[in-house]
Amino acid sequence: MRSLILSSVARIFFAIMLAGSVWVLLRGHNEPGGGFIGGLVGAAGFATLALAAGVEAARRTLVLHPVVVMGLGLFLAFVSGIPGILTDASFLTHQWGTLAGVKLSTTIVFDVGVYLVVVGGVLSFMFRLYAEDAR
Amino acid sequence: MTLIYALAIAAYVGCGLYMMLSRHAVRMILGLTLLTNGAIFLIFLSGRVGTTTPPVIPQGAEALAADAANALPQALVLTAIVIGFALTSFAVALVLEAHRSLGTLDVREMRDAERLGAPDPSPATSVKTHG
Amino acid sequence: MADASTLLVLWPVLIPIATAALTALLWSSPVAQRRVGLASLALLLVASLALTMEVMHEGVIAKQFGAWDAPFGISFVADPLSAAMIAISGILAFAVGIFALGDIKERHERAGFHPLFHGLMAGVNGAFLTGDIFNLYVWFEVMLITTLGLLVVQRGKAQIDGALKYAAMNLFGTILFLIAVALLYGATGTLNMADLARILPQMEMSPGLTASALLFLAAFGIKAGVFPLFFWLPASYHTAPIAIAALFAGLLTKVGVYAAFRVFTLMFEMEGGALREIVAVVAAMTMITGVFGAAVQWNVRRILSFHIISQIGYMLMGLAIATPVAIAGAVFYIVHHIIVKANLFLLAGAIKHAAGTDDLRKAGGLLRSHPWLAVLFLIPALSLAGLPPLSGFWAKFLVIDASLREEVWWLAAVALAVGALTLFSMSKIWMEAFWKKPALVRATPRTVPVAFVVPIALLGAVTLTIGLFADPFVEYARTATAVLVDPTDYIAAVFPGDAPVRTVETEVPVIAIEGAVE
Repeated sequence: MRSLILSSVARIFFAIMLAGSVWVLLRGHNEPGGGFIGGLVGAAGFATLALAAGVEAARRTLVLHPVVVMGLGLFLAFVSGIPGILTDASFLTHQWGTLAGVKLSTTIVFDVGVYLVVVGGVLSFMFRLYAEDAR
Repeated sequence: MTLIYALAIAAYVGCGLYMMLSRHAVRMILGLTLLTNGAIFLIFLSGRVGTTTPPVIPQGAEALAADAANALPQALVLTAIVIGFALTSFAVALVLEAHRSLGTLDVREMRDAERLGAPDPSPATSVKTHG
Repeated sequence: MADASTLLVLWPVLIPIATAALTALLWSSPVAQRRVGLASLALLLVASLALTMEVMHEGVIAKQFGAWDAPFGISFVADPLSAAMIAISGILAFAVGIFALGDIKERHERAGFHPLFHGLMAGVNGAFLTGDIFNLYVWFEVMLITTLGLLVVQRGKAQIDGALKYAAMNLFGTILFLIAVALLYGATGTLNMADLARILPQMEMSPGLTASALLFLAAFGIKAGVFPLFFWLPASYHTAPIAIAALFAGLLTKVGVYAAFRVFTLMFEMEGGALREIVAVVAAMTMITGVFGAAVQWNVRRILSFHIISQIGYMLMGLAIATPVAIAGAVFYIVHHIIVKANLFLLAGAIKHAAGTDDLRKAGGLLRSHPWLAVLFLIPALSLAGLPPLSGFWAKFLVIDASLREEVWWLAAVALAVGALTLFSMSKIWMEAFWKKPALVRATPRTVPVAFVVPIALLGAVTLTIGLFADPFVEYARTATAVLVDPTDYIAAVFPGDAPVRTVETEVPVIAIEGAVE
C-alpha cells in the first residue's frame, strides 16, 4: 500500500503512539491502564510504521528481534517476583518503598515486563502477517 | 435481565458452533472467536449482574463497601480475552501459512499430514471432489 | 526462612519460565540456547526430584502466590500424585533434551525450539501443580500455544496441516473447559480446588453443576485423546520431529488424564452412577479403537500414535471403576506409561535413523546391524504390551485386578484382549524392522548417535526399575490415591488456619488476584 499521506505522517504517529503507550503503562500504577494495554498501543505504533514504511523499516526501528523483546519482558516479570522469595518466601509478593522521594515498587518491573512481552508477542505475529501479505 | 443475557450467550455459542462445522478454515476461526466470546460472557454472568459499586476500597476505609461488585469476573474475563486474542492470532497465522503452502483453505483438501506415512502410499487416496 | 522447603513447589515452574526467557534473549545464538537449555533441564530434574522427596517425607505442600491467602490467591499444591507427575516429567524432559542434541537441527532452533520447549515444560508443570481451576485453564493454554509452535518448527506442508487439525480440536476443547469453569464458578462462587473440595460435597447436583461436570469430562477427553474425540492426535503427532513427538506422546495426553483425575476425585464424585457408566464405555471404546487403528498402520510413528490412544483407555478404566485400588492402579499406569511411550517414540527415531525409513515395509535387518538397539527396543515394547516382569505388567495387573474385584467383567475382558493386540503391534515392529531381511542391505550400517542411545537407555533403565522393584512404586501410588480419595490433607495444606466453610450466599470476594495480566 503506497499512500503519500500515510507514509509522511507514519513517523509522527509512531512517535505519538509509543509515547502514549508508555504513558498508559505508567498510568496503570494507580488508574486504569497498565502493561498489557500499553503494550498493545506500542505494538500498534510499530504496526503503523510497518504498514507505511514496510516491515523491514519497522524491524530496524525495533532494533531487537521481537522474540528477544518477549524474552526480555518475561525475564523482567520473573525477576520482579524474586524479592518476594527473599522476604517472605512467596513468589510475586510485591515490595514497596521510597527512594529519594520517589515511590518505587516491584510491580512496575512486572508491568514493564508485561509491556515488553505484549509488544514482542504481537509484533512477532504482526511482522510475519505483513510480510506474507507483501509477497 | 439474566434471561436476556443468557439468550444472548446462547445465540453466540450457537452461531459459533454452526461456524465451527464449516469446512472453510477461516469460518472455523470466526466460529472459535464467537465461541470464546460466548464463554467470556458466561463467566461475566456467573459473577452475577447487579450492583455497579466498584470493588475498590475507598481512601481511608479499611474494607470494601458491603454492596461492592464482584471483582473476580473482570480478572477472569480479562485473562480469557488475552488468551483468546493470542490463540486467535496464532490460528490466523497458521491458516495464512496453510493457504500459502497448501494452496487451499478447504479442510477436505488438506491431506498432507494424512499422506505422510499412510498405510496406502499411493497419492490416489487424496480426494478431490471438485475442480 | 522457616518455610523455605515449601519454595520447592515453585521451582518446577519457575525454572522453565526463566529458561524460556533466557533462551529467547539468546535468540541469535542457537549454540548458547542449547547449553542454557540443557543446564536448565538438569536443574529442573534435580528440583523435581527434590520436590518429590519432600512430599514423600512431609506430605502435601501448598504455596500461595504473592502471599495472598487461599481462596483469594492462586495456590500451588504438591500432593503425592502431582509430585510423581513432576518427577516423571522432569526425567522425561531431561532425556528428550539429550535426544534433541542429535535430532533437532539448527533450522528448528532458529524457529524457536528452545523457548517453546521450556515454555511447554512450564505449562505442563504448572498444570500438575496448580490448585486453582482457572489457573489450570491458563496452564492448558500455555501448553496449547507452545505445542502449536513446536508442531511447526519444521515448516513443511504436512506439519502445517497437522498443526491446523491439532489447533481446531484443541482450541475447541479449551473453550469447553472455560465454559465448564464459568458454570462451576456460577454455582459455587469459588475457583480454588481445595475450597471446591469443601463446598461441592455439601451441594445438591444442580443442572448447572451436572453440565459443568460433563463439559470438564469432554474438555479433558479432547486433551487426553479419548474415543470419540481423538482424531486430532493421529493427524498431527507423526508430523513433528521425533524429539518433539516423544515429548508430546509422553506428557500432553497425560496432562488431560491427570486433570480428569484431579477434578473427578477432588471435586466431583464418581459414584454418581451415570458418569461412571459413560467413562467405562468411553474407556473400553478408546482401548479398542486405538489398538485397531494401530493394526492397519505400517509407519512406526503412526502405530505408536494410535497406541497412545489405546493406553489412555486403561487409565480411564481406573477412573471408571473409581475404587481406591483402581485409582492407585491408574496412577501407577500413568507414571509407567509416560516413560514407556516417550521411550518408544525415541526408539522410532533411532529406527528411522538406522534403517533410513520409518516405513516398516522398507525397513529390516536391524537385529543383525544394531543388536543392542533391538534389546533396548524390547524393554519398552514388551512393557507396553504388559509382559512380566516389566512395569506395564504391574500397571495392567493392578487395573484389571481392580475391575475384577468390582465384577466389571466386560471391561476386564476388553483390557486383556487389547493387551494381546498391543503385543501383536509391537511384534509387528519387531518382525519387520529387526528380524526381517531388508530389501537392500547396506555395506556399512548407519551408526546411531550417542545422543540417541543415552536417553533411550536411561528411560529403559527407569522402566526396568519400576518393573523389577514394583513394591515401593505401588505403595507410593496407594499413598497418592489416599490423598485423592480423602482430600482432608489436601484441604488442610491449602487452608492451614482451617478457615470456616463459606456458604454461597454470604460469599463476597474481598480482593481477587487472578491471572498475570491486569
